[in-house]
Amino acid sequence: MKTFKIITALTLVSSLFVACKKETEEDHDHTTPVATTPVVTTPVATTGGLTFKFTNSVGVKPMVLNTDSYVNNTDSFTVSTFNYFISNIKLTATDGTVFSETESYHLLKADDAASLQFSFANVPVKNYSSITFTIGVDSLRNVSGAQTGALDPASGMFWTWNSGYIMAKFEGYSPKSTNTTKLVEFHLGGFKGTNSVLKTVTLPLTTNATITGTITPVVEINADLAEWFAPNAISFAMTSSVTMPGAMAKKIADNYANMFTVTKVTN
Amino acid sequence: MKNLSKYITLCICSAILFNACKKKEDAPIVVEPPIYSITPIIPSGWPQPVYNYASNTLSDAGFKLGRKLFYDVRLSSDNSISCGSCHQQFAGFANSAHGFSHGVNNTLGTRNAPALFNLNWHPSFMWDGGVNHIEVLPLAPITNPVEMGENMNSVIAKLSTDNAYRQLFTDAFGDNTINSQRIFRALAQFQGMLVSYNSKYDKHARGESDGVFTTSEETGLTIFTAKCASCHTPPLFTDFSFRNNGLSYNTALKDSGRAKVTGLTTDSHKFKVPSLRNINVTAPYMHDGRFTSLAQCLNHYATGVQHTQNLDTLLTNGIPLTAQDQLDLTNFLKTLTDNVFMKDERFKDPN
Repeated sequence: MKTFKIITALTLVSSLFVACKKETEEDHDHTTPVATTPVVTTPVATTGGLTFKFTNSVGVKPMVLNTDSYVNNTDSFTVSTFNYFISNIKLTATDGTVFSETESYHLLKADDAASLQFSFANVPVKNYSSITFTIGVDSLRNVSGAQTGALDPASGMFWTWNSGYIMAKFEGYSPKSTNTTKLVEFHLGGFKGTNSVLKTVTLPLTTNATITGTITPVVEINADLAEWFAPNAISFAMTSSVTMPGAMAKKIADNYANMFTVTKVTN
Repeated sequence: MKNLSKYITLCICSAILFNACKKKEDAPIVVEPPIYSITPIIPSGWPQPVYNYASNTLSDAGFKLGRKLFYDVRLSSDNSISCGSCHQQFAGFANSAHGFSHGVNNTLGTRNAPALFNLNWHPSFMWDGGVNHIEVLPLAPITNPVEMGENMNSVIAKLSTDNAYRQLFTDAFGDNTINSQRIFRALAQFQGMLVSYNSKYDKHARGESDGVFTTSEETGLTIFTAKCASCHTPPLFTDFSFRNNGLSYNTALKDSGRAKVTGLTTDSHKFKVPSLRNINVTAPYMHDGRFTSLAQCLNHYATGVQHTQNLDTLLTNGIPLTAQDQLDLTNFLKTLTDNVFMKDERFKDPN
C-alpha cells in the first residue's frame, strides 16, 4: 500500500513536470515568430538531398520482365523475378569524408518501380565522388530476429528453414533448364564463413554529385543480370536451381559483385 | 439549512468511510490475479538465457497477444490449424500421439513436432537447427505447405479486420499497427514464458519436501549422470548439439538432418539433442517419432544402435544398460515431468 502511495505521488509529480515542460515548449513555439528579428541574409544550407534511381538490364538490353528474351552464352531465357538487397550505403566526398545512411537497408525489386528509387535527406553539403554499399544484408541482421521495413521477412526474401536473407534472387525460364517446368531459380544467400555471398562494392560516380541544399542530384545506377553468369561460367543446362548457401551461390556472387555501374549523375 | 448541510456532510463522510472499509475488505479480490504477472524467469542455477527480450520488452499485454496468436487458427491458410494444434500444453507443448502432425489440406509433415519449453535457452531451433532466432521461429511452420501453408501478408490482412486484435496490438506496442515483426515478437513473448522448472527433479535439486526421490529414482539419477548427461546435460537436459544417435536410416524420408542446413556430409544423420524434460508426456520420440515408449528408446541405446555414417563416438558401443538399469532410468525420467507447467493457467487457450 505504501509503495502504491509512493508510486502515485511520483506519477503525479512527474505528470506535473511533463505538463510544465510541454507548456514551456508550446509557449516557446508560439512566441518564436514574434521574438525573432527579421533575418537579412538567407541562411546557408549545410545539408541537402540526393536521389538514387536504379535500372536493370541484361547486357545492353533493358530488362523487361516475362516477355523479353535474352541469351546467356547460348542459353536463351526470360526473367520473371529480379530482386536484390543493398545495405549500408556510404558516400565519399572529394575531401575524403564519408556520409553513411543510418538504418541503411533497401530491397529493390524489378517488378516494383517504387522500390527502384529512393532518396537521402540531410547529406552534408559537399562534392561526392563515389558510393559504397553491400550487396545483401549484413550478417548481424541475419541473426537478430524479426526485422521490419525493407528487412520484413514477409517479403519472400528470407529463408524460413535455414534462417537468413536471400540476398539476391533471379527467377526465369530457359529451354535449357533441367527442371520440368524449365524454371531457372537462383536464390543466393549465406552470410557465414567461406561461402558468404556478401559483397561490398565501391563505384566511382561519373561526375561528382554536388550537394548544395537547393538542388537534389540524381545518381543513376544500373544492375546488369548478365554479370551473374561470368567470368565463373554459369550455364542453365548445368545449373538450373541454386536455392541454398554453398559453393555455387558463392561462385555466382563472385560474378554479381560486378553487376552495378553508375550510369549518370545529374546535378 | 445549516443542519441539512451538516447532515449531507456527515452522509458523504460516512459514505467515504464505508467505501474505504469496503474496499479494504474486497482488496484481495480486486488485485489482478498472478496469471498476468509476466516477468522473465531464470531459475536459480540455470545459465543465462540466449534470448533476454533485449529489443522486445516483455509485458502482460505482449504475452496476452502472443498467447491469442499462438492459439489462433487464422495463422493457417484455411483457418484450421493454430500453433496450439500441434503443440499441446498437456503434452509439454509437443503433439501427443502423433509421429508426424497433420497440416492443412490433409498433408503430413516429415518430422516429429518438438516440445516447446525453455526456448529462451536454445541457440537454434528445429531438429536440424535451421532457425537461428526465437522471433523468426514461427515463420517456418506458418509458411510450410505441409504445416500451416500460409503467408504473413495474408495473416496480417486477416488479423487487421478484427478490432479485438487492433486493441491487443495497441495494448502491447502502443498503436494498432499490425506487422510481421509485432506478430513474431508477441509470439516470442508467449513462447519465451514457457519455462518448465518445477518437476519433481527440480524440487529434489532444490531440496524441497515433495522432491524426495525413491530408491529407484535415486539409482536412475546415478545411471543418468554416468551414461546420459554428457548429451542430455542438466539443468536443460540437452547440450543443444547435433549428433547421430544411431537410428537406422529411413529410406522413405531420406532426411539427412543437420546436413540439410549446413550442406556438409559430416553432418548427415545428425539431429539436435532434445531436452528430456517432460519426456514422459511427449511421446512419440526421435526426430521421426519412430518410438512410442521410453522403453523402446532405452532399448535402442542398449541394443539397437546402428553404425551409420557419422555415428556419435560416444555411442560406438551403444549404452550398456541392464533391464534393472532401464527400469530405474525410466523412473528417474518420469521425475522430469512438470505438472505445474502443464497446468499453468497462463498458458491455456484463452478463446
